[in-house]
Amino acid sequence: MKIIKAKNIKKYFPIRGGVFLKVTGYVKALESINIEINDFESIGIVGESGCGKTTLGRIITKIYDPTEGSLYFYDEKGNEYDVTNKLDKSIKSTFRKSIQMIFQNPYDSLDPRLTVGEIIKEPLQIHRVFKNKKEEIDYINELLERVGLSATYTTRYPHEFSGGQRQRIAIARALTLKPRLIICDEPTSALDVSVQNQIIELLKEIQNEFKISYLFISHNLDLIHHVSDKIVVIYLGNAIEEAPADELFENPLHPYTKVLMSSMPSWDPGNRKLDKVLVTGEPPSPINPPLGCPFHPRCTYKIDACDKIQPELLGAEHKVACHLYD
Amino acid sequence: MKNSKNILEINNLKIYFKTFEGISKAVDNISFVLKEKETLGLVGESGCGKTVTNLAIMKLLNPKATILSGEILYQDKNILEIEEEDFKKVRGKEIGMIFQEPMSSFDPLYTIGEQMYEVCKTHLKLSKTESRDKGIDMMRRVGIPEPEKRYEQYPHEMSGGMLQRAMIALNLLTNPRILIADEPTTALDVTVQAQVLNLMKSIQEEFGNSIIFITHDLGVISEMADRVHVMYAGKLVEKGTTEEIFKEPKHPYTKGLMESKIRREYKSKTLPYIPGTVPSPQHFPDGCRFNPRCSFVRNICKEEEPHEINIGNDHLVSCWLYVNGGNKLEDN
Amino acid sequence: MKDQTKRMVNAFFKNKLGVVGLIILIFLYIMVIFAEFIAPYSYMTSNRNYTYAPPSKVRWIHEGKFIGPYIHPLKRERHPVTLQLTYVEDTSEIVPIKFFVHGDSYKLWGIFESDLHLFGISKDTNALLCLFGTDKFGRDLLSRVVYGSRVSMTIGLVGTFISVIIGAIMGAISGYFGGWVDVVIQRLTELLRSFPQIPLWLALAMIIPPQWPSTMVYFAIVMVLSFIGWMGVARVVRGMVLSLREKEFVIAAKTMGASGFKIITKHLIPNTMSYLIVVSTLSIPGMILGESSMSFLGLGIKEPMTSWGLLLGQAQSLSALSSYPWLLIPGIFIVLAVLSFNFVGESLRDVADPYKVGERA
Ligand SMILES: Nc1ncnc2c1ncn2[C@@H]1O[C@H](COP(=O)(O)OP(=O)(O)O)[C@@H](O)[C@H]1O
Ligand SMILES: Nc1ncnc2c1ncn2[C@@H]1O[C@H](COP(=O)(O)OP(=O)(O)O)[C@@H](O)[C@H]1O
Ligand code: SF4
Ligand SMILES: [Mg+2]
Ligand SMILES: [Mg+2]
Repeated sequence: MKIIKAKNIKKYFPIRGGVFLKVTGYVKALESINIEINDFESIGIVGESGCGKTTLGRIITKIYDPTEGSLYFYDEKGNEYDVTNKLDKSIKSTFRKSIQMIFQNPYDSLDPRLTVGEIIKEPLQIHRVFKNKKEEIDYINELLERVGLSATYTTRYPHEFSGGQRQRIAIARALTLKPRLIICDEPTSALDVSVQNQIIELLKEIQNEFKISYLFISHNLDLIHHVSDKIVVIYLGNAIEEAPADELFENPLHPYTKVLMSSMPSWDPGNRKLDKVLVTGEPPSPINPPLGCPFHPRCTYKIDACDKIQPELLGAEHKVACHLYD
Repeated sequence: MKNSKNILEINNLKIYFKTFEGISKAVDNISFVLKEKETLGLVGESGCGKTVTNLAIMKLLNPKATILSGEILYQDKNILEIEEEDFKKVRGKEIGMIFQEPMSSFDPLYTIGEQMYEVCKTHLKLSKTESRDKGIDMMRRVGIPEPEKRYEQYPHEMSGGMLQRAMIALNLLTNPRILIADEPTTALDVTVQAQVLNLMKSIQEEFGNSIIFITHDLGVISEMADRVHVMYAGKLVEKGTTEEIFKEPKHPYTKGLMESKIRREYKSKTLPYIPGTVPSPQHFPDGCRFNPRCSFVRNICKEEEPHEINIGNDHLVSCWLYVNGGNKLEDN
Repeated sequence: MKDQTKRMVNAFFKNKLGVVGLIILIFLYIMVIFAEFIAPYSYMTSNRNYTYAPPSKVRWIHEGKFIGPYIHPLKRERHPVTLQLTYVEDTSEIVPIKFFVHGDSYKLWGIFESDLHLFGISKDTNALLCLFGTDKFGRDLLSRVVYGSRVSMTIGLVGTFISVIIGAIMGAISGYFGGWVDVVIQRLTELLRSFPQIPLWLALAMIIPPQWPSTMVYFAIVMVLSFIGWMGVARVVRGMVLSLREKEFVIAAKTMGASGFKIITKHLIPNTMSYLIVVSTLSIPGMILGESSMSFLGLGIKEPMTSWGLLLGQAQSLSALSSYPWLLIPGIFIVLAVLSFNFVGESLRDVADPYKVGERA
């Protein structure tokens, strides 16, 4: 069953200046993104920093309103609600309980002034889940133990924990309301290398146990391949390729996807490959994105149409936005 | 390269910090050498002491740090004993450094050109026009487009990747014999990282400097280093050539890191991982510092610190499993 | 948080000036709380024979023998030529100073009736114990300074408290909601800040009707002071909230469905708390000076109520200063209080470094 459908989502952040804060331009963070998330599936979003991944996550969680496009939410009975603009009162609580988020920086995502117990309790109190104090405490302890922490930690403060432990606390908090979808925004990229896989394993276990869907955001291709059923590659706010995980890796079509894959270090000193990477420069600024294909200034396969017409994301299971495949 | 001369020699370096939580044994008795024209990879997780080691080489340690013992030999002199006044001629001229955050390694108040002129003036006694020519030439050689324009720009007008190139160009002005690169690509995206790494390689071929390449990313090391030293909790736990280390990692920590690489084959399988967390530097465990996380742990590991064992091929490992030349220890 | 607090306390006690300031403040506030008991007389007790009397000379030794502290009563004499009043000691009489003597009766905090004073002289003599001298009505300046501390030391506290609360709320609203709310609040604070502070106080103080009873005047002055004091706080809190609201823990609270009010009170304000404590301490001196300036100019606290500023107001003319220099003593207390708050505030600021609190330890 569907949880979320986003249609042609566009997000422009106004840039303001002057005394009266007049709009002087826009950061074009997202251009016409389509995405659909069903129950118990994992969608991976991959792209370089600044390409709009976090913005997309925040539009789906209704932190930001989209500039254009529409967003639909489906409750457990399959009823469709238009949540493009303000969340309607009738659906607000259901929506908030259904979608949660886990963040990149575990040093930033837990309020330093609250104890671990208070942090995990917060969503329960907002939605008045428990009337009985004892039940609430038991539930919190159970959650903490589920994510691999001791129930005795409830009275401690976040700064007493390592990055990995904090991320576990954040996961426990995201689980409290039994959500159907969790947005994982680079949940491991701020962690020690030796701890990253622990957290990914925990997320996978929890997904299977509670039948949760993930929107998994990362810049790490290997990680995204591992956790996702389907992957969307984003470049400068545009979805440029979309395919099932294995298909994307076996048969990358878009020149940018190919570049991303070849830029990953080899882990094999006898077989180094970075000097074969065929890309120059950096992604341009989203304030003045290039005309035509957003990737054309860096692309080695560029043809005539590329700097004039923006290619559309086309295809059946494996979609790509590139004139080479028109 | 294998038999080339040592250019830098670090012996028994021990650096502690006094902190509110107690003494932090940031760098504990480490020794290594840097050979001429090689890239030495120093790899380890954040907080293991990589930066502190290299700040010691640059004599830029925070005053809170205490160097308890050790020597750093450069051209037969112990850097730790050279007067600051004399070392100023070495730092930035013979030993250069590239930092992780390209934005904060330049002074935001001066243009790239002014900062290049500063270096040329102090170390090379060049005039303004001479250093401008040299600076622009160097920027062109590191692949900065429109170097004349960039020379006049302020750091905030340039992207991260471009600034890191500019930092490399700045360092190359004096053609230092040693270049310390402290996580130079960690803040960059993969496609930009690939470009900067390629640049560093071609620079080394052209200029023949020795590079200490610091990173937490074994992938990057596999592309860059001739030899690899693995650091864990203030100790060097394994040393060897890059080929050796990647083909046959010996230390359980190195093995764990190698296995943590997410490979395609793992999809829909359980990912291997190292259990536990990195200990905080005030509370390193007794014995081998890796013992609480090690799946091969023996009794002796909890009591005594392992010493370095040469298992041949210049491959050194600090682990009790290898005391008998790799034969099994019978105490468990 | 516990060891964080411990660390801050330790760091605070390392700063000597801060500790000295804290000790002085503790003494001053003990004075505020037990004014009736500490002052030897009531603030209104006047004595026609002792107008503008100089500070009493406390002696210990009488005819070569140590007999404990005592004073001689004063006799008024007029200078034959200048006709100026002078006081001479009547050495024939000895008035011992004692602890816990019975004197003017009072009601401590308006509740406990008593006539016990910390120190003083017997009620049955004509002598007056005036360690700081007296004013033109012959009222003991020390007693008036002690009573005056009530106004001077609390007005800053209450005023700061109110202005910090207004400032924190305005700043938090402005920063959190942004948009036109922010623009309006920003422009309003800028407008208010663009007036010079002291004339604005005075203008507002003029509005206070002269016939109001002194307690009303007191609260009116508190309002005037806090009305002007909140803008600085609002500005900084707004800045902090602007950065805090982008923090992931605030975004997390939003995805949980927390209301704007909840986010402000539960996450934003607590995270600006250490800053608020520091600014409060640092803005109290300004308020103390503000009250003093108003009272000094006769626009604040009115007779017979007393405050340090009002007392200092008596020393306005040069002739008064040269003839009765002890009238400047209240000024010393103002300086002492202001410096102490500054020392403590600066020390707190160094300890808490509000912009770093809560970041990775
Ligand atoms: N609140 C905001 N206001 C203005 N610009 C923003 C805001 N959030 C993100 N952006 C801009 O939008 C672009 C996409 O950002 P983001 O979604 O955070 O990228 P990613 O998560 O892929 O790194 C960036 O250029 C960023 O600067
Ligand atoms: N200025 C400092 N004060 C106190 N401790 C420090 C300081 N700098 C570094 N350390 C300690 O030294 C250890 C090693 O730090 P560092 O060398 O920066 O690690 P990395 O391997 O990530 O570069 C850290 O765990 C930290 O505790
Ligand atoms: S459309 Fe053209 S420029 Fe864009 S990726 Fe394809 S080939 Fe390259
Ligand atoms: Mg992001
Ligand atoms: Mg470092």
